[in-house]
Order: sequence, then C-alpha cells, then structure tokens
Amino acid sequence: MGYVAVTGGQRAIEKANQLVDQYRLQDAEKALETNEIQSQLRLLIDRVMGEGGLYAPEYAAIALKQAEGDPAEAAFLLRAYRSTLPRNYYSRLIEPGDMRVIRRISSSFKDIPGGQMLGPTYDYTHRLLNFDMRNEKGAVKEFLERLGLGEKEIENASSSGKFQKVIDLLREQGLMAERTSDDQIPFDITRDKLNFPTTRSARLQLLSRGETGAMTALAYSSMRGYGAVHPTIGELRVGYLEVHIPYPLDDDDSIYIGEILTTEVETINSFTQNDQDDVEFMLGYGMTFGQNEVKAIAMAILERSLETSGSSPTQDEEFVLLHIDSVEANGFVSHLKLPHYTTFQSMLDRIRTAQKEQEKIEVKS
Amino acid sequence: MSFQVVREYNYAFLDEGSKKEIRRTTLKAIAIPGCQVPFASREMPIGRGWGTGGLQLTLSLIGDNDRLKVIDQGNDDSVNAVSIKRLVENCTNVATTNQSEQATLIQTRHRIPEIPLRKDQILVFQVPLPEPLRRTEPKEEITRRLHAEMEYSSIWLRLYEDIIKWGDITIGADYPCMVHQRYVFNPSPIPRYDLPKLHQANGLYLFGAGREKKIYAVPPYTDVVPLQFEDYPFQVESFEGLMCHLCGSDSSFLDEVYDADSGEKKYQCSDTGYCEARQQERGKVEWNGDL
Repeated sequence: MGYVAVTGGQRAIEKANQLVDQYRLQDAEKALETNEIQSQLRLLIDRVMGEGGLYAPEYAAIALKQAEGDPAEAAFLLRAYRSTLPRNYYSRLIEPGDMRVIRRISSSFKDIPGGQMLGPTYDYTHRLLNFDMRNEKGAVKEFLERLGLGEKEIENASSSGKFQKVIDLLREQGLMAERTSDDQIPFDITRDKLNFPTTRSARLQLLSRGETGAMTALAYSSMRGYGAVHPTIGELRVGYLEVHIPYPLDDDDSIYIGEILTTEVETINSFTQNDQDDVEFMLGYGMTFGQNEVKAIAMAILERSLETSGSSPTQDEEFVLLHIDSVEANGFVSHLKLPHYTTFQSMLDRIRTAQKEQEKIEVKS
Repeated sequence: MSFQVVREYNYAFLDEGSKKEIRRTTLKAIAIPGCQVPFASREMPIGRGWGTGGLQLTLSLIGDNDRLKVIDQGNDDSVNAVSIKRLVENCTNVATTNQSEQATLIQTRHRIPEIPLRKDQILVFQVPLPEPLRRTEPKEEITRRLHAEMEYSSIWLRLYEDIIKWGDITIGADYPCMVHQRYVFNPSPIPRYDLPKLHQANGLYLFGAGREKKIYAVPPYTDVVPLQFEDYPFQVESFEGLMCHLCGSDSSFLDEVYDADSGEKKYQCSDTGYCEARQQERGKVEWNGDL
C-alpha cells in the first residue's frame, strides 16, 4: 500500500508510547524522584495544581515527571484523574483573613497594620543567571550553614501569624463598598454546564482554574487600553488556610482535613466603575492554589473587568471564561493534528465546484 | 498502563453517578430531536477536542454485552480510533470489531458507515462544534435565544451570500440541516454524502460535544433535511466515474490518495470496514472462479 500515513495504528501507537519513555529517560543518569520535583519545583507544582483544579502536590509531581515538565500536559493529567473522583463533601467556608501568612504586601499603603512582609519572592532578585546552580550539592543543611542560620530560625520565619486585611481598613472608613455576604449555594463548574450570563461564583471558579499565561495576557490587555481595569493592589497575601468539612454524623461539628497554600489578591478599583452610583472603591478578587501571584493578580483584574460593561474583549464573559481553560484550549488547538481527510475531501469538492462557477462567469464576461 | 487503568478506575472509566447524569441528558436529547442539551462534561484521559464527547456517550452506554466499533474518518485503523478502542478495552470487558454489522455501538469521527444502521444499533458521533449558528454569531447566550425563537434567518442569509459571492454554497462538511421541522443542527463534520443516511433512519444517532459540553440526538424515523434553496438544491460530493482501487466499489465515499512512490492519484473507500469486507468477498469470488 502506498498510503501509510495513518494505517497500522495499533503498532504505531505502541512504538510511539515506548518512544516517549525512551526520550524521557535516554540521556538521564538517574530518573528524577517525584519528591525532589515536589520540593524543588515548587512554583511549577503550584501552577499545575491550580490549572488542574486538584490540590495534591504529590500527584502534581508525578504528573510533571510523566509529562516531561509540560505544565499543560501535567494539568491535564490531574484534571482527567480528578474527573473520576466522586464529589463527597463541600468544605466549610474558609476565611482568608485567618490565613497563616508567609508573604503579604500592599501597594496602596506604605505602612499597614502588621507591616509589609516580603517573604519568598523573586521580585527583587536580579535576573542574573546563577552559574553556581551547576555545583549546588546536598540540600537544606549546607544551605542553612552558608546563610549562618539554624533550622529553627527558618521555621520561625515561615510560620508567621494572622494579619488584619488591608481592605478592611478601607471598609471601616466607608471607602470600600460594604457588601452583605451571599449565602447562595455556589455554582459547581465540575458538576453543571455553564450557561451565559453566568453567576459570580462560577466566574471565580473558572478564573481560579484558568491558564496562567492566557489570563496574564488578557489582564495585560485590559491594563494597556483594551479595557477599563487598571487597579491598585490593596493586598496580596500568600499563606496557609485550614480546610474543614462538616462532620458526617453531626452537621454542627466540623473535621479538620488539612491545609492548603494559596495566594489571595484584593485589588482596589476606581469608584467611577461603581454600578450603584455610590462613591466607593470597587473590589477585584483573585485566589489561586499555591503561590501563583501573577495569576492571582490577573484573576482580580479579569474578575473586576467582567463586572463592568463595555466592548473590550475582557468585558465579554464568554470570550474570557471559555478561552482561558488550559485543558480545553490545548486540546482543541492540538486536535488539528488528527487526520481531516474526509472533511478535506468535501472542501476539495467545494473548491473545484466554485472554480468551475468562476470560469463560467469569466467566459460569459 | 492497562494494569493501572483497571485497578485505579471504575468500569468504563466514569463513576456511576456521572454515567447516570450523561444517560439522563441523552434521554432528554432523544426526546427533543436536534436540540443541544447541556451537560457537565467530564475531563477524559484523551485530549479535549479529540472525541471526549463521543467517548463519554460510549462509556455511559457500554456494558459487557456490547460490541464496539470505533472509526476515525471511516478508518478502523486510524491512530485516534485505535487509541479510543484501547482505552475502552482497558476499562471494560467489551470486545471490538471492524464490521459495522457486528457492532451494537459505533463511535465515529466524521463519517457514517456505508452499511445502513439497524434499529438495534447506536451510532455515536464526536462533535467539535455543535452550534450551527456559530458561523454567524459567536456568543452562546445569543445563539441559545435564536434557537428558542426558531430565528434562523442569519444562517439562511449566510447560504445566500455564498451563492452571490461564489456561485454556490461553499459549506463542505458539517452541513447544517433542519431536524424534524424544529431545530437547525450541525451533523458533525461528516461529508454531505452521509447526510441522507440521517433522514428517517432505523438506528439511533447520538452526538457528543465534550469541550462544548452538549449532547444531542437524531432518533429513528426523524426528518433530517439539509438547508437548501429551490434553485440551489443541496448536492452531495460527486465521485462520478470513479471507483475504489482496492475493492472496486463505485458507490461509496472515496478518499483521494497519492501513491507514495509514483505520486499517482488514486481513490479508495473511506469506510475501511466496508472495503475490507468487499475485498474478501471479491477474493472469494475470484478464487472460486479459478477453481
């Protein structure tokens, strides 16, 4: 047979799958251990957990190893695993004001109650390639010795206490809209299909699962001029939140099931965007799994932007929400690799007909 | 790999709650032919946009007594068809077949088998873009309203503009049709050649769009009429004077292929199961002739 592009599928697939493993390991001295990925590729793990919608650092490390470090592929692996799990509980409401903070800054005020706390951030590192990384050996002990720190001091620094929220300062002064809490049962995007216009809870869920790069690009477009939102960061905090679920036998009681690292951003937006004609600042809200600050900020921008009306792309909820999902965008763009030859045959048939029509017209004229 | 699938995941991959939800949506879709019914599509272990909608339908319906055929562009041996078959085999006890007549359940991308469906068979389509009005209106909020109001003038106008600009309707595959005088629908990117098979058929046709999270159906004995004008009637692809170089069929949908060595243009059946059976049949006849 002359035409071999897509025949012999079974064997071809088996070989291709073997090759994936071969390429993954062929130049390796030893296979990566997933606990090393988990502890040393922290930001990548956080990103993949967020986009995969599953808080499971160990599984994220497995996914990253399996996917040779491709964040989209790893997020997809987590998502496809997660979709097979039954939904047993919804957690109790989590109050981010109770966060065990490891980092917290405000761009709105120089001094805030509790103080600014830089914590682990690349913001003020100089982006000079550190060639010493090549020779880095051993682990935490040597590192501490180099810095002249004991393990205790590090521990103290990473487990700071609770802080009052900056936004609450503005609320107390009547500068930020005081909204009553909405006790509606949230929409669950994993259990129901979105219909438009959608609810705020659905928007927030989709945004917090969105792809970091796509959201950053869209938020950037809003700030540069294709949109209305260019906020000030009231507060950005990174830290641990405790998760409780209702005790199955007694609904008034709760069980602590663990803590999650999250990034929360609250932005302050111009009072001219106030849809109720009150002279009050408007809040933009972003929250992600792990430490993913640029995504949390982008989320706060997009979330606010979707509350405003106008004709820019970031004010269109279908445009934003349906195109920032990593799994769906990656899947559909890459499906073009599948054969399309019957569809193409139909196109050939149409173009040949249209060409004949055109020739007829040209002959006539 | 297969070991893991069996151990860590439920029969037919999805949890039973999800399967029930998908079947309920399917029943609703059958009750309202051509209407796109939303459902909470699950992420599947194959690419989003690679047949996850069809796969969810298949897995929600499949049981030990089924026989499954999976085709991609008519081809049983196409890599994506093989990949889907392997996944279903790994998480069920179901055997697969290439012969459409032996299958109880057929999952397909972009083709309907040449041999007409029987009333005990279900054909599951993988659907990339379920919304026919997306050609003229990008917003879901609006297209839903247009369907509710049966307001289809924009798609008619689109066909009319085609004729004005190009002298004919330019839509190749995925040709919009009216289902039972109510809903305009996208039949998934099957060639126009396959459309008449949907009209007043014996079997059940189900359409699953995983990424777009919709299920719709054409139940047996339903009218499916392509959109057309009196003076510009609907036309199927023409293969006049051509035949399959493998099985000699002159009445099947043909793919245009180019010989790897000589570069010569040839035609062969797009439905490989059908072609294979015909080749065997022909082989038998020729062999008997030699005796």
